[in-house]
Amino acid sequence: MIGVGKIKQYSNILEKPLSKGKQEVSLSAFAFLFSELVQYNQTRVDNIAELERRLEDAGYAVGARVLELLCHRDKGNRRETRLLGILSFVHSTVWKVLFGKVADSLEKGTEHEDEYMISEKDLLVNKYISIPKDMGTFNCGAFVAGIVRGVLDGAGFPAVVTAHFVPMEGLQRLRTTILIKFAEEVLQREARLG
Amino acid sequence: MSIRAYMRKPLYDSRDENSIITVMARKGMLDYGSKGCMDTNDSLRVASLWHSMHAISQQLSPTTGCSEIELLEANTFDLHCFQSLTGTKFFVVCKLGTRHMEALLKVVYKLYIDYVLKNPFYEMKMPIRCEVFDINLTQTVQKDRVALLGR
Repeated sequence: MIGVGKIKQYSNILEKPLSKGKQEVSLSAFAFLFSELVQYNQTRVDNIAELERRLEDAGYAVGARVLELLCHRDKGNRRETRLLGILSFVHSTVWKVLFGKVADSLEKGTEHEDEYMISEKDLLVNKYISIPKDMGTFNCGAFVAGIVRGVLDGAGFPAVVTAHFVPMEGLQRLRTTILIKFAEEVLQREARLG
Repeated sequence: MSIRAYMRKPLYDSRDENSIITVMARKGMLDYGSKGCMDTNDSLRVASLWHSMHAISQQLSPTTGCSEIELLEANTFDLHCFQSLTGTKFFVVCKLGTRHMEALLKVVYKLYIDYVLKNPFYEMKMPIRCEVFDINLTQTVQKDRVALLGR
């Protein structure tokens, strides 16, 4: 028989292994889609805070799914129980899969025990976006903050995650920082675990 | 003052000086703003004039198939124009004999697609007020100036 393939035929689609999938997506396609997402939400809200919340909610849905997928694909179905573990998971694995590189830095907040910050010099979603002056401190990185919140929530580390612009010397563009503030129970559990 | 217009024939001239770049769409007009040569009203006037001339030139050509004016040479300045597939025109007014303006216009077009069209806060056919676009445009012009003039 000509053309007998080497592909194993699976009788049941559930038995097929999860494929790695396409590693790359067109940046322009994503930029246009994200721009449309922002515009769509802009027409349906009354104020900036509401817009930010909607973007975060959109990101939350992405985060929950990304956690499931990455747990299966990259971590062999093991889950993180420690704070630093989940943070470095977000900082390296999640960032690598979503944006193609690890995040620039992961820092612990100095003022409060429960605050951590992931910084990025040039956040991918903000690459082509210029915020008009009258929108104040609005940051489209709220979408990424939502993703992080989705991942943390799904992993059992409830937190409040926000995105902020931080001015940096030597660069005209502002650096984006994702600020993660963990809930009380997370810190208590962490303390119990030692 | 004599004016010669070249249609569909690229010409390169040297030197890049305080240039204005006005972006104009088919039906409306977008104004980037100037580096010091023309104020907003003047550039609006030039842009609308140029748009009409551009349209007339297609009828004026003695041969068929003329799509645009690429270069207008006057006594003291040059005007290079680049038209995208959608009809959006980019033109730059520069000193006589400036080279590589075509390349510059293509780079500006690329910047326009990236930083203006992908910006959700930009409304079509409005003046461009995008910070990132401005920053990158300034950088490009500076780079060009250093490369061509060495200063």
